[in-house]
Amino acid sequence: MASVCFYFQVHQPTRLRHYTVFDNNINYFDDRKNAEICRKVANKCYLPANRLILDLIRKYDGRFKVAYSVTGVLLEQLEAYSPEVLSTFDALARTGCVEFLAETYYHSLSFLYSRNEFAAQVNKQVQRIQELFGQTPRVFRNTELIYNNDLASMIESMGCFDAVISEGADHILGYRSPNFVYTPKGCNRLRLLLKNYALSDDIAFRFSNRGWTQWPLTADKFAHWVNRVNGNGFTVNLFMDYETFGEHQWKDTGIFDFMYHLPEEILRHPDNNFKTPSEVVKTYQPMGVVDVPHLISWADTERDLSAWLGNAMQSNAIHELYRLEKKIKGSGDAKLINDWRKLQTSDHFYYMCTKYFADGDVHKYFNPYDSPYDSYINFMNILGNLHLRCVKHPPAAPFGQVAQNAESLTAVRQDSSQADAVAAN
Amino acid sequence: MKVFMLGWEFPPFISGGLGTACYGLTKALDQMGVQITFVLPTAVQSKYATHVKLVSPTMQQPINTPVKVHQLKNVVFRTINSPLQPYSTADSYQRKIEESISKMQASHGKTGKFVGTLDYSGDMYTEVQRYADLAIRLAANEQFDVIHAHDWMTYPAGVAVARATGKPLVVHVHSTEFDRSGEHVNQMIYDIERMGMHAADRVIAVSYLTRSIVISRYGISGDKVEVVYNGVERNGNSNLLVGNTTIKKDEKIVLFLGRITMQKGPDYFLRAAKKVLEKVDNVRFVMAGSGDLMHRAVEMAAELGIGSKVLFTGFLRGEDVNKIFKMADLYVMPSVSEPFGIAPLEALDNDVPIIISKQSGVSEVITHALKVDFWDVDEIANKIVAVLKYPPLGVTLRSHGNYEVRKLRWIDSAARCAKIYEEALVGAGV
Repeated sequence: MASVCFYFQVHQPTRLRHYTVFDNNINYFDDRKNAEICRKVANKCYLPANRLILDLIRKYDGRFKVAYSVTGVLLEQLEAYSPEVLSTFDALARTGCVEFLAETYYHSLSFLYSRNEFAAQVNKQVQRIQELFGQTPRVFRNTELIYNNDLASMIESMGCFDAVISEGADHILGYRSPNFVYTPKGCNRLRLLLKNYALSDDIAFRFSNRGWTQWPLTADKFAHWVNRVNGNGFTVNLFMDYETFGEHQWKDTGIFDFMYHLPEEILRHPDNNFKTPSEVVKTYQPMGVVDVPHLISWADTERDLSAWLGNAMQSNAIHELYRLEKKIKGSGDAKLINDWRKLQTSDHFYYMCTKYFADGDVHKYFNPYDSPYDSYINFMNILGNLHLRCVKHPPAAPFGQVAQNAESLTAVRQDSSQADAVAAN
Repeated sequence: MKVFMLGWEFPPFISGGLGTACYGLTKALDQMGVQITFVLPTAVQSKYATHVKLVSPTMQQPINTPVKVHQLKNVVFRTINSPLQPYSTADSYQRKIEESISKMQASHGKTGKFVGTLDYSGDMYTEVQRYADLAIRLAANEQFDVIHAHDWMTYPAGVAVARATGKPLVVHVHSTEFDRSGEHVNQMIYDIERMGMHAADRVIAVSYLTRSIVISRYGISGDKVEVVYNGVERNGNSNLLVGNTTIKKDEKIVLFLGRITMQKGPDYFLRAAKKVLEKVDNVRFVMAGSGDLMHRAVEMAAELGIGSKVLFTGFLRGEDVNKIFKMADLYVMPSVSEPFGIAPLEALDNDVPIIISKQSGVSEVITHALKVDFWDVDEIANKIVAVLKYPPLGVTLRSHGNYEVRKLRWIDSAARCAKIYEEALVGAGV
């Protein structure tokens, strides 16, 4: 049995506008550029890809399934700039063949810096998915698939998730294969799904690479590789950015045609099927415990956090940002809190990465800055203004009272009661 | 391979990037085993004329006997008595001549017998032609395969020697009249540059920026123009660094180092300084260098009300340059037009982060720098403040920049030149 489990990451950050140290405007975001990029990606990727997936679901009468994680910050932008994309996601949700995953609403690194904030953002995302698509996410994926044992424990303790998703990195699996369900170390109920990075990257990164020995990649060739998993694995987890379709791989590479023919080729083998992450963990028993004491991610070849926290600027910027947490939340100012949260989006730190800067590469994708230095300067100038704004507020009120102002913390409470209700059922 | 090189000043009296480049390139070519006859003008009455290795001039002989510099095995120096200097303008040339004549009169005042024996007649353009004639005479006794001329004052000499000997000519464009004078181009200089580039078999530009000027403004065919980036001499004196960083200073230092001329954008530096001081107080702006806008710059600092925050050091050389780099927290080069820009590389080599104008050749090769449009005073100020206010910025720029600058080695530039010599030889059918 080989189940193909597709999960697509759908995300765009709220990009910052050019902000000098002489600015004191409290609007930090480049609405024009965000609108422009959002519409462009909608036209090149989200709309045609959603249409294709919808067609495939209809064509195969429920046998083709996929999962999405659409970040809160993108949902907000889609609502403002491309509402038609939201309606196509809604149409997908109604087919019953599409699962929406949970993550941090702001696509943040908050797990590393504030557990409180992390929980609030996860809950906010869950709520938003409920409101928009009428389903409650049961599987969690952290920003950039950042993961370790602690994350798994935290997710299990939140009580509302069945599984967590991460990278099937060689150094955590050793001889083992990502094509099974595992249990995270230290967890009982929670399951771990790992990305089959070889097959995922064949589509996401290598598809149009003419220097690749397997180019051109056809649906039957790919199905053949999936068939080989039969007998030594249950699930082939194909996790990738949704922008693979039409944006990373342009339409003229044939990526849409490839996807159109893939289900037919996969389903040609009687033992194959498509499953969503929730179905995979319900169907297959875990094959053992995976121990990940150190943080991993799905980025670059290092599979570590160096793309976001690899240099002095990145670590300085993020520490300064989270240092403001108490003051910001203490202000009770909803716009201030929201601005602070949008600054947490991991892309802002990714833009500051100097790792491959001199070579010029993948890190440049929709990067609004000429250099990592410009991005750091811009971010710090904004942070300076944010700091001034929270200094202007009166001293922090006791924490309990503040929670009523800060909608996110209310969300935490609501959700824990929901979780209790779920547990009682 | 033997090269007849028409070059410029050598250490320790280097007045700018042109001399630094000639020296770096020649040294590296020497290491590669390329034989060079290095011809350079030396003013007899120059206060630098004590430099023992190079010159033993005699008044009656405009061409001096060959001199070897100890550490350069394959280079023979030939000097021609001439008051030509890099960065001369017609005016500054005239002043220089009058100065040396009066000095000569002072030192030989009573006898006055040397006055007039020098053929310093006429203006700079005449002198450039006279230099060419002397170069032909000198070349007649030399063996070489290719001629390499650096910047416009030596182009007529290069062209003349090429015509006389039939050897291929390579001209090296370190800067153009458009860089130096903006749109107020001196027609005579432009004509000489154009003539030299057209007559040359190959043209070397120090950056793509310069290459595009050579093509678009001088009408040179692109196939003939190659880019060879400059390198940087590694200082490698880390002891000095450790010794100096322990000095406690309560003020940050932002450095401008270069000729104070229109080309280098000193006014943008001062206007940015004014804006920076609105946000940061414990900072001092140091302008190291001299030039025709020096007095204007002093006045401007006063007019802006920041006179006490701006320090003018005058022209620095040698150890003083290293010292000022060691003290600096940031180097700013707001050049209006900069064909290459070696000084920022030296700053990086000295662990000083840099802000450079996008209108510079060096910006093509250095990624770990802050880059600005020279006219964008607000952005220059924004970036200066950022370096002063956010220490991790300087830390990251320094660590990556210092590494990156090591990749720019003269030996690679020399290898590119050697290849171009070969091509010129083949092209010329020699």
